[in-house]
Amino acid sequence: MISYRNVSKKYNGLEAVSDFSLEIENGEFFGLLGPNGAGKTTLIRMTTTLTPITQGEIYVDGEPIDRDLTAIKQKFGIVPQYSTLENDLTAWENLELHGRFYGIAKNTRRERIEELLEFTELTDRRNDTAGTFSGGMQRKLMIAKSLMHGPQIMLLDEPTVGLDAASRRKIWDLMRRMNEDGLTIFLTTHYLDEAEALCSRVGMIDLGKLVMLGNPSEIISQTGKFALEYFKEGTTHQELFEEKEPAMEAAKLLQCDFKIRETNLEDAFILITNKGFGA
Amino acid sequence: MRFNAVLWKEWIVFRRKWLSITMSAVVGPLLYLIAFGWGLGNTVSVGEVSYTSFVIPGIIAMNSMSTSFGVIANDINISRIYGKTFEAIMMSPIQMRTFTVARVTGGALRGLYTATIILLVSFLFHRDITIDAYFVIVLVLNCFVFSAIGFIAGILINSHADMAKVTSFVITPMSFLCGTLFPLDRFPKVLAIAFESLPLTQTVKALRSGVSDPSYLMSPMILAIYLIVFMLLAIRICRRAE
Ligand SMILES: Nc1ncnc2c1ncn2[C@@H]1O[C@H](COP(=O)(O)OP(=O)(O)OP(=O)(O)O)[C@@H](O)[C@H]1O
Ligand SMILES: [Mg+2]
Repeated sequence: MISYRNVSKKYNGLEAVSDFSLEIENGEFFGLLGPNGAGKTTLIRMTTTLTPITQGEIYVDGEPIDRDLTAIKQKFGIVPQYSTLENDLTAWENLELHGRFYGIAKNTRRERIEELLEFTELTDRRNDTAGTFSGGMQRKLMIAKSLMHGPQIMLLDEPTVGLDAASRRKIWDLMRRMNEDGLTIFLTTHYLDEAEALCSRVGMIDLGKLVMLGNPSEIISQTGKFALEYFKEGTTHQELFEEKEPAMEAAKLLQCDFKIRETNLEDAFILITNKGFGA
Repeated sequence: MRFNAVLWKEWIVFRRKWLSITMSAVVGPLLYLIAFGWGLGNTVSVGEVSYTSFVIPGIIAMNSMSTSFGVIANDINISRIYGKTFEAIMMSPIQMRTFTVARVTGGALRGLYTATIILLVSFLFHRDITIDAYFVIVLVLNCFVFSAIGFIAGILINSHADMAKVTSFVITPMSFLCGTLFPLDRFPKVLAIAFESLPLTQTVKALRSGVSDPSYLMSPMILAIYLIVFMLLAIRICRRAE
C-alpha cells in the first residue's frame, strides 16, 4: 500500500504538487490522470526517492520512504517517463545489469531474463544494443527490466506515450496481466480512454492538486450519460445530459452540425476543471 | 555483489570499446614522451638526472589523473543529464555508498589502465624506471583521489559546457603546474608551497623519489587523507543528488 499524506513539492516558488493525500491499496489498478505539467511525474519521482519531498510524507506498507532504504525499493517496479536503459548495452545485458543491481542470484536471474524477453516479445532482439531500439521496443524493455526482481508495486509514468495503437494495446495487455498476477499498478497517463479501459480507480490531478477520485464509471455517471458536442463561432461547445431525449431536443435548436455521444472521463475532467486537455 | 554489478557494467563497456579507449590513452602521452623525452631528454638534465627520467613519472601522474577524473566525471555527467541511467541507480536498492565507492573504483581502474599503457610505451624510450610496490601504491592512490573528485564533479556540474570549463581551468593547469614537467623550485616561494599541497604534486614527488627519500611516507599519507575526504564528500553528495 502507498500512502501519500499531505505531500507537497516546491521548485523555487512553483508548487508542482500541493497538499496531495491518497491511499493506493494492494492489488489495485490505479490511474492518475492529469494534463501536461499537472505534477504526475513529480509525484512518481518523490515516491521513488529521486526528488526530495518538500512537505508531507509518503509511506509504503507503513514505512516512510528513503533513498537508502533498500527493502522498499525492492518492492517497486518502476517505468519512468523516459528511457533509463544503458544504450551501449544489449537488451540481455540491460536485464542482467538490473538483476545484479537487485541482488538476484545468477540462476534465477538468467531464467527470469528468458521469461521476460519472451513476455515482452524481445527474444530475437536480445543481442542488439538498447540504443538501436525503437521507442516501443525500448518501452517494452523498460517494462521487462522493471519486472526483473519480482516487484509488488508497479509505478508506470505515461507508459504508452508516443506509441502506435498496436504497441499501446500490447502494453495495456502487459499491465493487465501484471495486475492479474497480483501486482499493484500505479499508472499515470493523460489519455483518458486509457484510464477508463484499464483502471479500477482513477484520480485526477490538476496544478498539483487532487481534484477528483473515484471509479471511472461512477465518475462518468455523475457527469451525465450523454454529451452534445457542436462547433460554433470558432470553439467547440459541450453540454452534458442525463438522458438522450433532452440532448436531442437541445440539438434541434442548433443551427450547426452536432454530435451526440456517450460521455467519458474527459467530459468529467472538463466539467471539474473547466478546461480540456491540452495534449 | 552490488559493488560488482557496478563494475560489471564498466567492464562490459570497456570490453566493447577497448580499442578506441586504448588508442586515445596512448596518443597524448606518446606525444609528450616524444617531445619531452626523446626530443629534449638527452640534451637537458634536471639536477643529476636526465630530463627523460625526470619527466616520465610526471607524464604518468598527469595522465592517470586526467583519465581517472575525466572518464568518471563525463560518464556520470552524461548518465545524469542525457541518458538518465543515473536515475535507474538511484531508484535501485543499491546503497549510495556502495555505488559511489564502486564507481570511483571503476574510474581509478581506468586511470591505472592508462598508466600501465604509458609505462609500456615509455619503456621504448627509457628502461631504467623502477616500479616497486611503493610506486604502485602511490599511483593507485592518485587514481582513486582524482576519480573521487571526478565523481563529485560529475554530480555537481549540470552541463557539458561547465564540465569543459572545469577541465580547462582546473585539471589542465594542474597537469602542468604540479611539478610534472619542471621542478617546483622555479616558482616563487608562496606559489611553490601552494602547489606543493596539491595531490598531484605529492604523487609526482613520490613517484620520482621512491623509497630513497627519508620522508617517503609523507606523500602517500597526504594522498590517503585527500582520498578519505573526497570519498566521504562524494558519498554525501550522491545521497543528495537530484
Ligand atoms: N526539476 C524541476 N525544476 C523545476 N520545475 C520542475 C522540475 N520538474 C518539474 N517541474 C515543474 O513542475 C510542474 C509539474 O511537472 P511534472 O513533470 O510533474 O508534470 P507532469 O504531470 O508529469 O506533466 P507531463 O504530462 O507533461 O509529463 C511543472 O510546472 C514543471 O515545470
Ligand atoms: Mg510527466
